[in-house]
Amino acid sequence: MEFSSILFYVFSFFFIVSSIMMITSRNTAKAALFLILTFFSAASLWLLLEAEFLAITLILIYVGAVMVLFMFVIKMLDTDKSTLRAQFTRYLPLGIFVSIIVIAQMVLVLNAGQFDLAMTGVPEKHDASYSNITAIAEQLYTLYVYPFELAAILLLIAIIAAITLVHRNESRSKKQNISEQINVQAKDRMRMASIKPKSAKESK
Amino acid sequence: MIALSDYLILSSIVFCIGLAGIFINRTNIIMLLMCVELILAAVNTNFIAFSYYGGDLAGQIFVFFILTVAAAEVAIGLAILTLMFRSRGSIDIDVTNTLKG
Repeated sequence: MEFSSILFYVFSFFFIVSSIMMITSRNTAKAALFLILTFFSAASLWLLLEAEFLAITLILIYVGAVMVLFMFVIKMLDTDKSTLRAQFTRYLPLGIFVSIIVIAQMVLVLNAGQFDLAMTGVPEKHDASYSNITAIAEQLYTLYVYPFELAAILLLIAIIAAITLVHRNESRSKKQNISEQINVQAKDRMRMASIKPKSAKESK
Repeated sequence: MIALSDYLILSSIVFCIGLAGIFINRTNIIMLLMCVELILAAVNTNFIAFSYYGGDLAGQIFVFFILTVAAAEVAIGLAILTLMFRSRGSIDIDVTNTLKG
């Protein structure tokens, strides 16, 4: 058995086991941590498939940004209510049943021989001078430049939508009211007060 | 040598684990979002495996766009979740029955 095959089985083991631990963990924060382990295993598998750019992107964006966002929300909201776990066992048999049937169907279809090495052929390894990032960039900025721009606009829309949704009303924000500033009179801002000077005898 | 079918079976197993997670965690919206992320990771593994064994980079570029859309989805989903918690004081999915659906 080659070394890369051993790596495949090790990373697959972590991929499957950590995802099972994620869906069955009773604590949402623990589930998020197991999801991070799942993403790391997936990124390792993608590295085995010579998709280096996407593997690094998965770790940087998903583990570095999305999962941190998840952890923030988990810690800010009250997720440990007992009602959230009340129906855990109620749907467990149904979930396992459906999953096992779907897995059995998939394995039957995928093991039928259309996807083994005799059909696909062994893909040749790229040499050390091959750059996955360069290859992706050449495609992304020529053939897929229009979807790329659309993806940028989608992210902008997501930013605006997320900020607009969670932004509180303006009672706490400090902003200028221009017309009020222009129409102000001197008597609104200034108050004349007559203060009697104290005599020297009283001040002692 | 690992064949394409091994990667496909692995990702289908993880896909079904995510599906079972949606079934058994159906009251907790954060867990639902995380299970969707798990399903997306499985699907992306499928895309990259096909891209590698087919010798075509288009699969990797598709995964790039899926990651973009999923990041946007998570940002908006968590914002809606925060709003829901603010107005109802709970993220239990059984509380969200205002529309009587």
